[in-house]
Amino acid sequence: MSKVENAPPVAAVSPSTRTGRAPLLWVALGIVVLLLLPHVLYPVFVMKALIAALFACAFNLMLGYGGLLSFGHAAFFGTAAYAMAHSTKVWGWPFEAGLLLGVIAAGFMGVVIGVLAIRRQGIYFAMITLALSQMLYFVYLQTPFTHGEDGIQGVPRGRVLGVFDLGDSMIMYHTLLLIVLCGFWLIWRAVHSPFGQVLKAIRDNEPRAISLGYNVDRYKLLAFILSAALSGLAGALNAVVFQLASLNDTTWQHSGEVILMTLLGGVGTILGPAVGGVLVVTLQNYLAASGLPVDVVIGLIFIACVLVFRRGLIGELLAWREKKKS
Amino acid sequence: MSYQALMAQLAIGVSNGAFYAMLSLGLAVIFGMLNVVNFAHGALFMLGAFVALFLKLKLGLGYFPALLIVPIVVGLVGVLIDLTMLKRLRGLDPLYSLLLTFGITLVLEGIFRYFYGSSGVPYSAPDELVGAVDLGFMIMPLYRFWVIVASAVVCFGTWYAIERTRLGAYLRAATENATLTQAFGINVPVLLTLTYGLGVGLAGFAGVLAAPIYQVNPLMGSNLIIVVFAVVVIGGMGSILGAIVSGFALGILEGLTKVFYPEASNIVVFVVMAIVLLVKPAGLFGRAT
Repeated sequence: MSKVENAPPVAAVSPSTRTGRAPLLWVALGIVVLLLLPHVLYPVFVMKALIAALFACAFNLMLGYGGLLSFGHAAFFGTAAYAMAHSTKVWGWPFEAGLLLGVIAAGFMGVVIGVLAIRRQGIYFAMITLALSQMLYFVYLQTPFTHGEDGIQGVPRGRVLGVFDLGDSMIMYHTLLLIVLCGFWLIWRAVHSPFGQVLKAIRDNEPRAISLGYNVDRYKLLAFILSAALSGLAGALNAVVFQLASLNDTTWQHSGEVILMTLLGGVGTILGPAVGGVLVVTLQNYLAASGLPVDVVIGLIFIACVLVFRRGLIGELLAWREKKKS
Repeated sequence: MSYQALMAQLAIGVSNGAFYAMLSLGLAVIFGMLNVVNFAHGALFMLGAFVALFLKLKLGLGYFPALLIVPIVVGLVGVLIDLTMLKRLRGLDPLYSLLLTFGITLVLEGIFRYFYGSSGVPYSAPDELVGAVDLGFMIMPLYRFWVIVASAVVCFGTWYAIERTRLGAYLRAATENATLTQAFGINVPVLLTLTYGLGVGLAGFAGVLAAPIYQVNPLMGSNLIIVVFAVVVIGGMGSILGAIVSGFALGILEGLTKVFYPEASNIVVFVVMAIVLLVKPAGLFGRAT
């Protein structure tokens, strides 16, 4: 037993993230590419990939920097999607208000689930989040406002600031890009703030962080809420883009998907989960057309990730570069 | 609420509890020895039901031979999984083995869903177990009664094997201190692989028992396993007896909820889990970690 408990936690395999300024040139180049992309690819597809990337980055805040594996992040995604869909469709709220409600609802769920889940660590944390999100799934299955198996269909896209019609896919794309970039920036800020440093300290050695006087549970809970709220942002955007909030958003398979994205890209790296998200969405798109069983392929990638490259694509890349330097 | 209806739901509750108990027992044994949370437990339970179905359709072997053969087949699959994959993760954070077995679940379910869709295939109970049994205070479907008895025997057998036999003593010793146990000349790696096979074989056995009740269906395992996880959190994973007791208790509670407040029957186990976490975070039978 003791030998295992001394083993490094999941995130410790990732190389320490580079602190300091992100290379501005690369960020600028990335934004230019993102601006050009919808002219080359189908905009809805790019939006789907961006949403997945945001979701995975939000999730990674918990796993990569908090060292806690949540198996229930679909609950936050789904909650926000329902809040967004219901408020804009039934109550006639504008886009911005719906988005805000979605984020708040997801954050609130983060408080409820987080308070319970952080009472246990490691493997139990994963099982508790999984169980609670499954509970939420059953609740959504039965409450009338979610329309059960049908989901909330025909969610209106509305207008940004009351002026720009989101029905136009280019306007939708640029609005979404702006919001997603804000989300990325927030995550980047959180990770590189004193808060993020404390979080990493807790991940690497919890008893030491406690002995230094940090209220560990409060930091964990705060990280969990932030992660939940940002996952909610992704979920709310998803409901607008696809004009649908459905039970699928809340399933445990969806929670598993976001873990895969993060694992594939690289746990505990800034860029990794985003890359993983884009890859998984692309793959799903390709597989759906080919008629191959998607789950089997996703499962095999999962197995390969865990067995062969636990650092993920970006993590391996960083490790390789470090090795070359030294 | 009539007495008969109450009793009928209670009987269903106890037999569902029997499945929770058998599955959480397997999880507890595997976790205790290997420090692995076996997400694939549900998928292997499903595999057990499908193997029973294949035995019947392809080889004409009935229910009772299946009860014997399936745990061995599923156990062998488990040994294979352990030797080829899980073994490489020994000593790493248990989150990795959770993710690995999650991947295995997706693959197994995906394969069966590809060939069988999401709908179930019926598997009928053997003629000997059709009908009802009069227990004096109630009349119960014979098959449900059989499930309860069979799982109680298996649970007790497993408990006995681990707590009261020499092999069980080796197992417990290896759990306590693997290095020292190995120094005494006991082949711990083999013991670990066998434990995984045994735990998984239990899931296969439960799968055969479940086949006539639920339809044989690719998703029958994953819906169950999440509830079983909650059961395990409630009972605490350290204790075998705790796994068995909380399995049966929660099955009964779920049955009662179906009578008095059916809307909540799906979520009652999770609610109990939340309450237990608030009151006694280590679980009812668990030691503080």
